[in-house]
Amino acid sequence: MFAWSLELAWLIVLLPFAAFALIGLFLHRWPRLSASLSILAIGLSFILSVLIAAHVFLGGMQEPFELSIRWLAMPGLNVDMGLLIDGITGVMLIVVTLVALLVQVYSLGYMHGDPGFSSYYAYQSVFAGSMLGLVLANNFGQIFVFWELVGLASYLLIGFWFGRDSAKNAAVKAFVTNRVGDFGFLLAILFLQIIFGTLNFNGLAAEIAGYTNTAILIGISILLLAGPIGKSAQFPLHVWLPDAMEGPTPVSALIHAATMVAAGVYLIARAYFIFSTTPEAMMVIAVVGGFTALFAATIALVQNDIKRILAYSTLSQLGYMVMAMGIGAMTAGMFHLMTHAFFKALLFLAAGSVIHAMANEQDIWKMGRLKDKMPVTTWTFVIGALALAGIPPLSGFWSKDEILLGAFASGHMGLYLLGTLVAFLTAFYMFRLIFVAFFGSNKGGEHAHESPLVMTVPLVILAVLAVVAGFVGSPLMDYAFAHYVTYPGAVHHDPNIMVMVISALVAITGIILAWAIYQKELISHLALREKFQGIYTLLYNKYYIDEIYHWLGQRFIDGTARVLFWFDIYVVNGLVNGIAALTGGAGKVLRYTETGQVQTYAGYMLVGVIVIVGLVLIAGFAMLI
Amino acid sequence: MIGFQHYLLLATFLFAVGIYGVLTKRNAVAVLMSIELMLNSVNLNFVAINRYLVTDHAVGQLFALIVIVVAAAEVAVGLALIISIFRQRKSVNLNDFNLLKW
Repeated sequence: MFAWSLELAWLIVLLPFAAFALIGLFLHRWPRLSASLSILAIGLSFILSVLIAAHVFLGGMQEPFELSIRWLAMPGLNVDMGLLIDGITGVMLIVVTLVALLVQVYSLGYMHGDPGFSSYYAYQSVFAGSMLGLVLANNFGQIFVFWELVGLASYLLIGFWFGRDSAKNAAVKAFVTNRVGDFGFLLAILFLQIIFGTLNFNGLAAEIAGYTNTAILIGISILLLAGPIGKSAQFPLHVWLPDAMEGPTPVSALIHAATMVAAGVYLIARAYFIFSTTPEAMMVIAVVGGFTALFAATIALVQNDIKRILAYSTLSQLGYMVMAMGIGAMTAGMFHLMTHAFFKALLFLAAGSVIHAMANEQDIWKMGRLKDKMPVTTWTFVIGALALAGIPPLSGFWSKDEILLGAFASGHMGLYLLGTLVAFLTAFYMFRLIFVAFFGSNKGGEHAHESPLVMTVPLVILAVLAVVAGFVGSPLMDYAFAHYVTYPGAVHHDPNIMVMVISALVAITGIILAWAIYQKELISHLALREKFQGIYTLLYNKYYIDEIYHWLGQRFIDGTARVLFWFDIYVVNGLVNGIAALTGGAGKVLRYTETGQVQTYAGYMLVGVIVIVGLVLIAGFAMLI
Repeated sequence: MIGFQHYLLLATFLFAVGIYGVLTKRNAVAVLMSIELMLNSVNLNFVAINRYLVTDHAVGQLFALIVIVVAAAEVAVGLALIISIFRQRKSVNLNDFNLLKW
């Protein structure tokens, strides 16, 4: 029915880029016009994405749609650009365009009156275009290009308020940290090109199916994994994401919660045909994800900045998704990516609404009683938190349950227990935030006021999605999601009532505990802090990872720099100066041959002529003999 | 009997004397005269080779005439230079003309 929309898929990418170019070149003096154009572009992309998704999911598309154009050809290397549309792409298109559209509308209110309003929308457009290009790419080369472009957009938007040193540093930190991961990613791409001679996903899948050198496959998998570890902020490259909260809050919602950080998970899903060939690589993925999930959740327990709590929660949930990829539950991971995008964007936008109302106050202990002043924000935030905590029947419950079920049924008991523990911690820290900031007895929120409609309407839409988005992958709809987002050889486990009940119970326990401590104060949180002073300090300082990196940076990077400096001064400079000195010295010696006497020069000429004649004679005799 | 070889030997001798004069004489006029000597040894070669090796036309002899003309012009220019430099330096000693030195 909507098959024609596939032929227009390239417009989805092009429209936001066109908006970016128009705003950047001509319209930046008219903020309202810039914003309208940007929203119009992403709106059209959204409509096209819906049509494509309708075709993919409802129109009964059998084969993935692929469109490929030869971009560059030379002996031994062909570079293609193209589009690939299948179930995974369909999901990502909807998620990215919808969240981007809502965030851009919301930003009309949030960024109102900002001197950089036009450039904000230009950056938003370039991000949307790059992210959609990444999602639609049909080969690794193209994905890498857009991967870097979303990194650039992220850099620009984190450092949007570049007047603040912290924002500037956070932007640089995000960019540099991502560079580390992208280095591995690029190496993996080069290896793929060299070994298999193609970067096209389908082409590679066919090649790898018949490839038996396990060591090389593991190596490529690990290198490839470095990309998602950087972009999806997994341990040990997670340090940039909490700092990235320096950007405007809608940016945090869109880029650093819902879409760009999920690009790493998307890449793992896209390259699943490589990862799934070696159990060793899968194990690494699962362990990295599981560790990050637990690690970040524990840090989130004690943070006081509303955005940082959400940032660590994002880290933790991304870890969840990556872990799902590692245990073979790719479908569950993508499902969680989708539901997480909705409820985490909701949480961030609601937090932005709070920050907006509180005149840029972000400390939850300085808020309180917000529920009376900001009812829409409060209740949408609660819905988001319930979804994140995994309370049935909200979306987070279904997706989290699928991951836990995957871990349980495939025999990864350790990861299953870890996942359950993280679910408990998630519920606890989210409701700590809610009870302190929205229901707490502090008077901080007395002068807050509800945000304008342009901000609350996106909240309500996302809240509805946070409630219902989970049904598409639930047993109630016969796992419709799993039908479209899957890979060859995927096993779908039968629903396990015990896993469901346990995950719901731990979440409820977490909420009740948070209620007891922070609302009723049955247990004093200050006394708890006193008692576990050591652990509290460790968690509050984020396990001192930043400090460790700083120390390592000083030791090794500065040390290397010092060695290179020495090399530059004494070897490179020495070489250059040495050549100059040699030339000068030779000149100083040879100038004594220049007497100024014409007769001397004539003598040199005579000697030269005699030598040449002698050589000619010798050559002549040699030829005679 | 005087033959081809004797002409060549005489020309070589004259040439060597000319080179010796050019390289060793300190008087600019003497150097100019030595150059004339070298030119004349070449002329001698032209004529002798024309006479003994290429008898059917007189290219060598014509060339000798051209060299004599050029040599006359060269002497005129050379002597003019020497007079000019003598007015500057009150000397025709080549050792005094080492301005091209470092």
